[in-house]
Amino acid sequence: MILKLATKNILGAGFRTWLNIFILSLSYFAIIALQGFFVGWQDDASREMKNWDFAGGQYWQESYDPYDPFTLEDSHAAIPEDLQKMIVEGNAISILLSPATIYPEGRMRNIVLKGIDPNQCLIDLPTKHLIDTDGEINCIIGSGFADNLNIKEGDYIVLRWRDKNGTYDARDIKIAHVFSTTVLTVESNQIWMSLQTLQEMLDLPNEATIITIKDEMFNKEISGWEHKDLDFLLIDLTNMIQAKTMGSSIMYAILLFLAMIAIFDTQILAIFRRRKEMGTMMAMGMTRSKIIQLFTLEGVLHAIMAIFMGAIYGIPLLRHFEKVGMQLGTDAKEWGLSGLDDALYPVYGWKLVVGTIILVLITTTIVSFLPTRKIAKLKPTDALRGKMTR
Amino acid sequence: MAHIRINKMLKDYPIGRGKFTALKSIDLEFEKGEFTGIVGPSGSGKTTLLNIIGSLDVQTEGLVEVMGNEIKTLSAKQSSRLRSEHIGFIFQTYNLLPVYTVYENVEFPLILLGMSAPERKKAVLDALEWVGLTDKIKSRPAQLSGGECQRVAIARAIVKKPDIVLADEPTANLDAENSHHILKTMRKINEELGTTFIFSTHDAKVISYLKRKITLLDGKVSNDEVINGG
Repeated sequence: MILKLATKNILGAGFRTWLNIFILSLSYFAIIALQGFFVGWQDDASREMKNWDFAGGQYWQESYDPYDPFTLEDSHAAIPEDLQKMIVEGNAISILLSPATIYPEGRMRNIVLKGIDPNQCLIDLPTKHLIDTDGEINCIIGSGFADNLNIKEGDYIVLRWRDKNGTYDARDIKIAHVFSTTVLTVESNQIWMSLQTLQEMLDLPNEATIITIKDEMFNKEISGWEHKDLDFLLIDLTNMIQAKTMGSSIMYAILLFLAMIAIFDTQILAIFRRRKEMGTMMAMGMTRSKIIQLFTLEGVLHAIMAIFMGAIYGIPLLRHFEKVGMQLGTDAKEWGLSGLDDALYPVYGWKLVVGTIILVLITTTIVSFLPTRKIAKLKPTDALRGKMTR
Repeated sequence: MAHIRINKMLKDYPIGRGKFTALKSIDLEFEKGEFTGIVGPSGSGKTTLLNIIGSLDVQTEGLVEVMGNEIKTLSAKQSSRLRSEHIGFIFQTYNLLPVYTVYENVEFPLILLGMSAPERKKAVLDALEWVGLTDKIKSRPAQLSGGECQRVAIARAIVKKPDIVLADEPTANLDAENSHHILKTMRKINEELGTTFIFSTHDAKVISYLKRKITLLDGKVSNDEVINGG
């Protein structure tokens, strides 16, 4: 009964109803669209980082701390037997890290040298270019870093490093390939070369700093090495996206707030304008609690109808975004955010859609209910005279 | 047993630190099928008396019993039920629900009673036939004249076949022709359905239709007479 009456009342209110519904539908749309972009970014970035860097997880030599460059020289050890077996089977790759210095265009620049098996196929890094030819040391470098250094494919630069005994040595290396990636952890301030070459240069045969493994479930304890699962490896990305999401929530909180003000205002206005109507309903035998239910439900129905209105224009628009993405321009990579390519493609999961609907419905219900508490104190005789009971 | 019994009733309203006595020493009884007018000047307490009988308000002192229910002891829910099941109201300003059609306005009290849709339909059409508005069922209140609105209000009041209809100045906003039409309709319903009608008025046209006239003056019954042979 209440539902039927509420539906009649809000449809009868005409333009005011449709305006409120439109504003509410915008809230649904904005929240889903914005969140969709963040989910899409996180999905893309996670996938790319797994494909390019982390695969199914990593083992770190126990001294290795990516945030402390001074640990780099000492963070290497012989590859343990268990992991060596996985490497032979193609289920893992070893990476050796070493600090070094390059001199592009006569300027000194500190970098991290990374040695990797040129024949690996566990990660997307184009390592086939690392096979040394004609006695040259072939290296690969990310396009962002190459632009930064103003070097290109085929260029030679001077590399200086220290071996395990602390002896400095220097050689020309060849930039055999410049690769393009959105994963900054394989690009910024680093140069990749053949693992064997680097091991020889450092005099660290069969040693590594990181072992990247294929199997996400493999987490055997290995002495001297620490297993890092994907949750750990992606934590920086997750935290960054969460921080960005929080920032963007301010925008849709404002939108939601505006929509809620519209609903609150409508409810307040309705309660003041419809006092006589309430008095009449009471005179006909409707209880106050039923009238409160009726007015609250009218508010909630706005939110429900907004779902349908939002779906009418929102679904085609969201699908369009899904297809063409949001163009970020060619400078997107320079923002220093992993996973950002020229365009950002949103992902709309059912959790996002249902979560948004529930959020808006709950907020609307509360906002619709709050003003109706006045009705509980309303005397029928005052209401019939168009007065509010104090 | 009387339909409505009022004994030594007093009604005060607080005004600032003092109080205003709207009704005092009221002793009245109403039997089933009465067609009674409560007359008196503005401020004499007519509407207050109707509100108390209709359990929209409660007396300050004394006893008011409607269909065996002592008004003062009823909870809000019991009052609502009493109004819903036994009492119909007609207001001076019609008080029709603006977004509903004529049919929906008349149907409203039946929805509150939880009546089934087919039963409601029959009752609504019967009520609209009583007041001669079967051709306006899809109209909204804004599309009707004052007389038609009041006829809808009458149909809404009688549709559930209540024991009592309380009408507050039902002809005050109507011209002579419409007033007579409304009064004739109410009288016809009173005679054929046995519904008790109590209404407040200070309209002289109404007097000739009354079976009983109660005069209120300064909150007290100054005269109570049976007319037209009762």
